[in-house]
Amino acid sequence: MSTKGDKWGFQPEKSNVIVLDRPVAPLYRQLRLKVPSLASCFFCGGCSATCTASEEGMNFRVVHLLLCRGEMEKVGSLIAPCLLCGKCTLVCPRNVDTRSVVFNLKLALHELQ
Amino acid sequence: MNFSDHPPFVWPFLAGMAFIFVYLPLVYLNWLRKGKLKEFRVMPAHIFSSKTLLAVKEIFSECLLHRRIFRFNRRLGYMHMSLAFGWFLLIVVGKAETMLFTHDGFNPPYLPVFFKYFYPSGIPHTFKGYFFLTLMDLLLLFVLSGLFLAFYKRFRSRRLGMTRTTRHILPDRIALTFLWMIFPFRWFAESVTAGLAGSGGFFTLGSGKLLAGILPLDLMQEPAWWAYSVALGGFFFALPFSRYMHIFTEAVMILLKHWGMKTPERDNGYGDFELNACSRCGICTNVCQLSADAGITHSQAVYFLRDARYGLLERDTAENCFLCGRCSRACPVEIGVDELRLAARRRFAGELAAPVTGIPRGVNGQGTFPGLNTQTGSGMKSKGVAGLKVDVKEGMKGGATRDQKNGVEVLYFGGCMSHLTPGIMAATRTILEKAGISFAVLDEQETLCCGRPAMQAGLEGQAREIIARLSERIRQSGASLLLVSCPICYRVFREEYHLPIPVEHHTRYFSRLVTSRPALFHSSSLRMSYHDPCDLGRGSGIYEEPRKILRHTGTLVPVPQEREDALCCGGSLANLAITPRQRQQVTDAAYAHLTAEAPDFVVTSCPLCKKTFAAGKRPVPVIDIAEALAFSMTGDTVPTRLQKSTRELVAP
Ligand code: SF4
Ligand code: SF4
Ligand code: SF4
Ligand code: SF4
Ligand code: SF4
Repeated sequence: MSTKGDKWGFQPEKSNVIVLDRPVAPLYRQLRLKVPSLASCFFCGGCSATCTASEEGMNFRVVHLLLCRGEMEKVGSLIAPCLLCGKCTLVCPRNVDTRSVVFNLKLALHELQ
Repeated sequence: MNFSDHPPFVWPFLAGMAFIFVYLPLVYLNWLRKGKLKEFRVMPAHIFSSKTLLAVKEIFSECLLHRRIFRFNRRLGYMHMSLAFGWFLLIVVGKAETMLFTHDGFNPPYLPVFFKYFYPSGIPHTFKGYFFLTLMDLLLLFVLSGLFLAFYKRFRSRRLGMTRTTRHILPDRIALTFLWMIFPFRWFAESVTAGLAGSGGFFTLGSGKLLAGILPLDLMQEPAWWAYSVALGGFFFALPFSRYMHIFTEAVMILLKHWGMKTPERDNGYGDFELNACSRCGICTNVCQLSADAGITHSQAVYFLRDARYGLLERDTAENCFLCGRCSRACPVEIGVDELRLAARRRFAGELAAPVTGIPRGVNGQGTFPGLNTQTGSGMKSKGVAGLKVDVKEGMKGGATRDQKNGVEVLYFGGCMSHLTPGIMAATRTILEKAGISFAVLDEQETLCCGRPAMQAGLEGQAREIIARLSERIRQSGASLLLVSCPICYRVFREEYHLPIPVEHHTRYFSRLVTSRPALFHSSSLRMSYHDPCDLGRGSGIYEEPRKILRHTGTLVPVPQEREDALCCGGSLANLAITPRQRQQVTDAAYAHLTAEAPDFVVTSCPLCKKTFAAGKRPVPVIDIAEALAFSMTGDTVPTRLQKSTRELVAP
């Protein structure tokens, strides 16, 4: 199969492609089962803008992105300061239960340790 | 008659009774072993006091008469009472009858139970004998009437006030089958014997004569008494593994409660009594909005307690609950379901104490708290921001800042939720300014969390850290009163912070203002219905103050379920498992309930309730009580001000 990108040498290597709709990392897959609404996140960042713990580095949008990519190393320290205050969930335009995602993530990471 | 040669049919009953009397004390002792010795030291002082009498009174009115169930529904109350109290009286009166007969309190334990088999005509030819025959028959009828209602409830539960009843598991069904057999079998056996002997009480003799016409009674006698005994024995053996464990456990629990034991923070055995004292009556399911509106039917108090009791509790069952308190209020056994749930959540979260907490340490890095801006009301001189600058390091060392008391009366804390509903913070400012009260805002530019959401999620370690840090800041402020808008914060400030200054929710603070300076507020013709937030109403017992404010500023429209019976808005942060869709269903139903009388406004006193109701199409706007009050002060036409405040979506 040949695409335009091919010709110009811009084709991304397969290993670098992130298909956000297809969760790969096992933990992320479980999370999507536990909190199905996560699938409708479109990375607008509204949650991060309102976050009570943003001063301490919490950023839900970034966390979700890292999860999609399977980069789990940084996730634990990013979500640690979250206070589960729930503001992110209330502002999300896509009705993602962000608070539940972070909570389940906290418990899962704790179990992994 | 020589009682030493028991007829063989008494054995199933005797075996069952012996099992109960040996097994139950062992189980109870095993639970109590979990408690620490020092928890029991206080007990003797309670045991030898009037508390024991109070406990006995409660055992009588709750375990036997079921007074609280009567309050819920009279027919349901009668059903429970006739079974419990009727059976109790059958035992007590039966025992008295045999004692009169044998003149010996130590006659065999089976004698009262099978008395009619041995002496079909009771105590013959005396008034006493006739009296007891009649009384025992009346009691049997009483119990059978309750049994009939219980049977009827299977098919027509609504007639007994129950829209939803409990789903039962196998041990319950087995025990129930035995229980339902006991009294019809007793009646049948007594009738057969009465029919054979040609004498007995009015009821059993009557039915005995009827039976004599159609059955060979002499052949039926032994099997009938066997069946009765087996039903009794079977019930006793099934009891400790079924919901009927509550019969004895509730009584012991009431005693322990009066002797000073509480729903545990840490497991001390009392929790086991509570788990086992649940009769699975289903009253909690009946009031729970999860089942009524969102189709969630596995996590109500009754199922949570059941699963926890059998060691089968799943995380979702513990987490899928608003902790709204509707069920614990309705529960006739007064089980501390919410505390038990929190304890379970803490266990699931393990020792998850997050290393870092999210309270910002000060944006400018200079160790000042930029959020702590001082404001003063009109007519007072501004003290400026500098007056409240606090050195973090000094503060942490405890080199406190008492001297910084600079005359600020009120320290206002909006909380995270008020930051999402800035109309509430603005309204509070307006009221304080117009009333000339000096105040400072603790969370002006940054949001701080009170710690309760983390606590409700079971993250105790993290919550404690938040509480320690935030309470340090409040102490440093030197204000003389902490004012909060959010009932969630209000509750945790009161219960967990142990602050040196009083904490007030704005409903109470402002209702005092309305009393002391009524001229500040103008009345209007607006009709308003009031929504009781769970943490303010059932959680903190504040019902009257907000209503007083509303009656002063407009007309208060009643809603069908209010005060202690108020519905939850569905926004509660305590539910960690509900889906957004189900949450919306609960909210929509609660909103419909509040707007049934078509008021001009729905008024609440919680930013989270307001925010929750704001989502979706809302013909009747939902406002906070501070906003209603501020409108009445400024005299602005409410609708224009309101349109602005309902349009706000996200904190600036
Ligand atoms: S606000 Fe909602 S949709 Fe936007 S990034 Fe956050 S979770 Fe995703
Ligand atoms: S729940 Fe956590 S992630 Fe969401 S706003 Fe609050 S602190 Fe931020
Ligand atoms: S928790 Fe209370 S209301 Fe619910 S079933 Fe048990 S005893 Fe009944
Ligand atoms: S606390 Fe509220 S949501 Fe939870 S089970 Fe009880 S009634 Fe249902
Ligand atoms: S509102 Fe947010 S939420 Fe209330 S303070 Fe309380 S927790 Fe923080």
